Amino acid sequence: MDVLGNYKSAISARSTDKDILKKSQDGGIITTLFAYALEEGIIDGAIVAGPSDEPWRPEPMVATSKAELLAAAGTRYTISPNLYLIKEATRSYGLDRVGIVGVPCQIQAVRKAQLYPIGMRDVDDKIALALGIYCMENLSYQALEAIVEDHCNQKMESVKKMDIGKGKFTVYTERGAVSQMPLKLIHKYVQPGCNVCLDYVGNLADISSGSVGSPDGWSTVFVRSMKGNAVWDGAIAAGCFETKPMDQVKPGLDLVKKLATEKITKNQKNVDARKTVGLKADGTPKGLRNPYESP
Amino acid sequence: MKPAASEPQTKPEVKPEAKPAASQPPTKPEAKPEVKTARSKPHRKPEGKPEVKPEAKPAATEPQKKPAVKPSDVIVDEKVEVVKEEKPVADKITIGELHLSGCTGCLVTLADNYEGLFKLLDDYADLVYALTLVDVRHVPEMDVCLVEGSCCLNDELSVEELKEARAKSKVLVAYGACAAYGNITRFCRGGQWNQPGHEAFVPISEVVDVDLYIPSCPPCPQEVRNVAVMAYLLLRGNDEQKQLATAYLTPLMQLAQRGNEACGCDLMYDVINQGLCMGCGTCAGTCPVRAITMEYGKPNVNRDQCIKCGACYSQCPRSWFNFDVMNNYEAIMGAIKGAMQ
Ligand SMILES: Cc1cc2nc3c(=O)[nH]c(=O)nc-3n(C[C@H](O)[C@H](O)[C@H](O)COP(=O)(O)OP(=O)(O)OC[C@H]3O[C@@H](n4cnc5c(N)ncnc54)[C@H](O)[C@@H]3O)c2cc1C
Ligand code: SF4
Ligand code: SF4
Ligand code: SF4
Repeated sequence: MDVLGNYKSAISARSTDKDILKKSQDGGIITTLFAYALEEGIIDGAIVAGPSDEPWRPEPMVATSKAELLAAAGTRYTISPNLYLIKEATRSYGLDRVGIVGVPCQIQAVRKAQLYPIGMRDVDDKIALALGIYCMENLSYQALEAIVEDHCNQKMESVKKMDIGKGKFTVYTERGAVSQMPLKLIHKYVQPGCNVCLDYVGNLADISSGSVGSPDGWSTVFVRSMKGNAVWDGAIAAGCFETKPMDQVKPGLDLVKKLATEKITKNQKNVDARKTVGLKADGTPKGLRNPYESP
Repeated sequence: MKPAASEPQTKPEVKPEAKPAASQPPTKPEAKPEVKTARSKPHRKPEGKPEVKPEAKPAATEPQKKPAVKPSDVIVDEKVEVVKEEKPVADKITIGELHLSGCTGCLVTLADNYEGLFKLLDDYADLVYALTLVDVRHVPEMDVCLVEGSCCLNDELSVEELKEARAKSKVLVAYGACAAYGNITRFCRGGQWNQPGHEAFVPISEVVDVDLYIPSCPPCPQEVRNVAVMAYLLLRGNDEQKQLATAYLTPLMQLAQRGNEACGCDLMYDVINQGLCMGCGTCAGTCPVRAITMEYGKPNVNRDQCIKCGACYSQCPRSWFNFDVMNNYEAIMGAIKGAMQ
């Protein structure tokens, strides 16, 4: 498979909903698609990264209204274990058609839960829309705190927006301050599990989106599955998005491809390095566990 | 015969080409396992031959190692003829359920496929042995034997029947957590009514070789359905279908090789301690007794609450993730759905 995965079309897009754009991270693709799917009855609810009792710590949540979707819009650069609710959404919440958003590894988890539903009773055909967001790496909450408070010198609760782009981690505060740190200083904080991750752009999602490749405020969208295609076509027909062809925006698909290749090449090396990290008595290498080979 | 060439083959076929025309009602929906990637062109091969394209990994990856364990492949060649002579409907496979020390939840799970179970029994498998469902007293020959429950070493009959099932089946499946890992019977220390003398319970792999695991308590109806369909393709399908089925079943076979001890601790030992956890939350969402919570993005297991069912680890995308199967999720799910219509 290509580093960008299989897709039917790649588009640069932005939501036409002003309320969503005020709260969303980039082009508001995820929130707008879920709002459309809720409206149309394609989903009964969506598992998103909701607010919690700590600033910037997401808590997975089942959103069943646009207001709830808006409360969960925007990126939190820390783990939101959205799969935690995937079975619960079909039980306590009684959803027959579940939407879920996740970083690429979470979309992988969704597909494994569908193909090998070992402990996922009656879930497989209730996943109605799995939306992916691109992801280079993720951080524990404590790591995010260290970055924002120690490196950027801002209080977590005073931060209005965090963003990653152009080689920098940027923090915008409520009072208008902007603090930045170079991305390469973040690497020591990245959770270890990300170092073996072989997916950048949500290859297994129905539709996946991220900022990279498109101008500020716009998003790059990959429409991938048949289901995703139908939802995307419907949303376009309903006027949910303005769009531009990818080859007419800068920096364009080449940058997406470059970053995807860099991530996957680096992490594939990490996966391979694990095979020979140790030493056996006979002088041959001893390896760590490789999830891509066997459990 | 089926109008293979002219039909628009949107539905995957899970029947071998060799199926006699007579046994197939003409109205039956076409179902071809076109295991294609989403971007592959709409053009289909005229013969409708299923395509299996395991496009395994992103860039620069070495080809995925093929299963070290393929017990069924070997045995297929030896025994397939015998079964064909015995069964009136030659292309179905035969499945049985041996009930040892389990709660019958696994058997009920099979029935929880509802009309899907009838479809399985109509087209793909004859149920030749099962408590209350089939009136057969002694363990018969069968292609696939699902064993429910752990094996009580103090009960001679259990040990004997388990060995008999091993000897008479091509693929022996530890069906559910008790058979695979002991599960709640791991906590038994004897003294219970009405068999106080029964105190030694072991996962079945302590007594016999096991080919494949279906963990969880109870197991999931859709998983046993998928395994049944894949077992059918493995034993009766054409080469490409066999290849798909082998790829699908491989991790479940590897689980059987991995060992018979399970616990929420596996998430610590084999995922987090190994630097592989990325906090997706699947384990916590999977646990049937809600023994797992997510604390700051990582699972925390209440070990006293854990019943040792093995669901969390096997469902975790970092226990295994086989790109050759997962990258074709859309086609494979379509194939299984088509097979069930
Ligand atoms: C850890 C992380 C790393 C990322 N890295 C990149 C990158 O390298 N390049 C790139 O182009 N894009 C990256 N993104 C994606 C990007 O930040 C935006 O989330 C994406 O473009 C969607 O924006 P939107 O305006 O369409 O979505 P919105 O309408 O703002 O909706 C975003 C949705 O994502 C959910 N969400 C927020 N945080 C998380 C989380 N931590 N885990 C799961 N779901 C969450 C929200 O609940 C909401 O439903 C990353 C996102 C995360 C969480
Ligand atoms: S880098 Fe990969 S493993 Fe880490 S959070 Fe992102 S998608 Fe998941
Ligand atoms: S399922 Fe695996 S990767 Fe996901 S949170 Fe649990 S242990 Fe971590
Ligand atoms: S933690 Fe839960 S899912 Fe994991 S083995 Fe224990 S009971 Fe099973």
